[in-house]
Amino acid sequence: MSEKKMNLGKVFMNGVITENPTFRLVLGTCPTLAVTTSAINGLGMGAAATFVLLGSNIVISALRKVIPDKVRIPSFIVVICMFVTIIQLVMQAYLPSLYESLGIFLPLIVVNCIILGRAEAFASKNPVVASAVDGVGMGLGFTLALTLIGCIRELAGNGSVFGINLLGTSYQPMLLMILPAGGFLVFGLLLGIINSLTNRKKEGAK
Amino acid sequence: MNVILFMISCILTNNFIFNKFLGCCPFLGVSSKVETATSMGIAVTFVMTIASLFAWMVNTWVLVPLQLEYMQTIAFILIIAGLVQFVEMFLKKSMPALYSALGIYLPLITTNCAVLGVATLNVKEGYNLLFSVLNGTFSALGFLLAIVLMAGVRERLESSKIPECMKGFPISLVTAGLMAIAFMGFNGLV
Amino acid sequence: MSLILSSAPHVRAKDNTQRLMLNVIISLLPCLIAGVYYFGFACLIPVCVSVVSAVAAEFCWQKLGHKKIRIYDLSAVVTGLLLGLIVPPSAPWWMMVIGSVFAIIVVKQLFGGIGDNFLNPALAARAVLLASWPALMTSGYNVGKFDAVTTPTPLLSSASLMDLLLGNVTGAIGETCKIAILLGFLYLLITKTIRWEIPVITLASAALLGWLLGTDPLTTVLSGGLLFGAVYMATDYVTTPMNSLARYLYAVGIGVIVVLIRKYGSYPEGVTYAILLMNIAATLFDRIPVQRIYGHTNAKKEGK
Repeated sequence: MSEKKMNLGKVFMNGVITENPTFRLVLGTCPTLAVTTSAINGLGMGAAATFVLLGSNIVISALRKVIPDKVRIPSFIVVICMFVTIIQLVMQAYLPSLYESLGIFLPLIVVNCIILGRAEAFASKNPVVASAVDGVGMGLGFTLALTLIGCIRELAGNGSVFGINLLGTSYQPMLLMILPAGGFLVFGLLLGIINSLTNRKKEGAK
Repeated sequence: MNVILFMISCILTNNFIFNKFLGCCPFLGVSSKVETATSMGIAVTFVMTIASLFAWMVNTWVLVPLQLEYMQTIAFILIIAGLVQFVEMFLKKSMPALYSALGIYLPLITTNCAVLGVATLNVKEGYNLLFSVLNGTFSALGFLLAIVLMAGVRERLESSKIPECMKGFPISLVTAGLMAIAFMGFNGLV
Repeated sequence: MSLILSSAPHVRAKDNTQRLMLNVIISLLPCLIAGVYYFGFACLIPVCVSVVSAVAAEFCWQKLGHKKIRIYDLSAVVTGLLLGLIVPPSAPWWMMVIGSVFAIIVVKQLFGGIGDNFLNPALAARAVLLASWPALMTSGYNVGKFDAVTTPTPLLSSASLMDLLLGNVTGAIGETCKIAILLGFLYLLITKTIRWEIPVITLASAALLGWLLGTDPLTTVLSGGLLFGAVYMATDYVTTPMNSLARYLYAVGIGVIVVLIRKYGSYPEGVTYAILLMNIAATLFDRIPVQRIYGHTNAKKEGK
């Protein structure tokens, strides 16, 4: 029992840190770059993706013995699509401003490689509980990464985080940060910093 | 005149990669060689044009009359998946040379968010049939331009002394960022 | 590992780089002096801050990365000086620090240092500053002798050709006085630091297209930052194509894009973007097969 629990913990941490979908696997780059102009958008996108990931992982894992191997990718896409439509309608009804600012990237969760990737690599081979944990872990890792990038870009480009002004009125915002080019640059530099930190850690471990 | 300006804006000003972040995965993943990048770009152009056409027809003639707009995402992704399959089979039969050049990229296109993105955008912007198809074709040509330029730069980077921690994705992203800055020069061209 | 191929063919031994860079610095002095004459000594602040922070950034990067310290090749000084000369005279010091650090660290060192950057560092930094603080980068021109001038950009003012030539117009510190730039160009040609083709073809193509679109050719050439860009930025060894046909195409491309952005774009001046875009396309131009007529080109294309 304890071994099983540890495994689930491991599955969870795998998504958040070891195989963080954004910083380690570099999947789902489009939404990562597009919606992270502010921290709240990053968080909203992450939450939406987590919901879809959890739902699709559970359903696909439950149906894994029923779906014929040949049509598995289209079936996965249909399942994912169902959950995307649900979250789209829910957001439209209850969080209209977030729905507006995420724009077409909300329906585009369907083709986010993280979700299809987890369905193929994990949910189609593992039991329901483990798949659910994997979905939450991966989703959380994605959410954390998006919120982090969102915070950095919003702070530099607007002087605020989550809409709260932190740098005072005399701060001259660096507009580039919230432009598309800034997204590429911040993400690239962050990846570089994370790589250099982990490399150093590895060298230290040796 | 409007049409020409629209085409230019799709390629340069509203470039899919540098302005809308659509299709970043293949842009970063399949851009290490100019030849492969070109094939990928052509394949995407092909699929995006046809997908825009079919998505528009299905949306206008089927989904809207039946008041099934909320099914858009599902309908579009099925259209795209089907189209890619069909294009693959068609090419295999009738144009084997082209098929062998584009073959491995075609399945990847199903999950290229640029294709679903253009279909969704066309509906959102309320484009008519002509503009939808033009948007598909010329946005894809913008993607082609971006990915070929990117591949050109990356081939050059192969021989440079990039710091260890920046190799791979990080330097590609920084490169893309710098290219996006240069593309800002086209702002307001249309 | 192919160590010999790893640096661009133009960058030779260290001493050589240092001498070339020194030539560029000397050739920039007339522009700097003209800037001081027109905008007052205050315009030395952005220039000096830019140079010092560029060198400091290069030194810190090489020190922290346990690399050979190469600031004595003077390339960082040139980058800092160029950036200092293409900003408005009232540019705040902190902006110059950000600009130079970006130029040196992100555009140059992350890509492997001297010889490996694919964009001109000073121009990329200017584009970054222009995108980040558009107001500070375009409105600061009205200082020194020009408080009466209301137009924010050097292109929109209705200055006479003579004023344009002498630099009696608003503009960036080093870009206004065309005579100083021409002096610098002459010096670079005499010392064989650069060749004449790229600047001349760039200017000619811009003038021709401008004329077809209804602008006086001399005005096209003398206004804005075109002359400065064509002489000092477009000729950067590292970011230009290697074979001659590609270089001509590159120069024509710059001229054409400059005029198109000036005429139709939302930015008043397109030189920065035109050169950056052509820097990006440079590697593709180099792939165009050429028949070698002269047979003396030693920049052998590496290819597969």
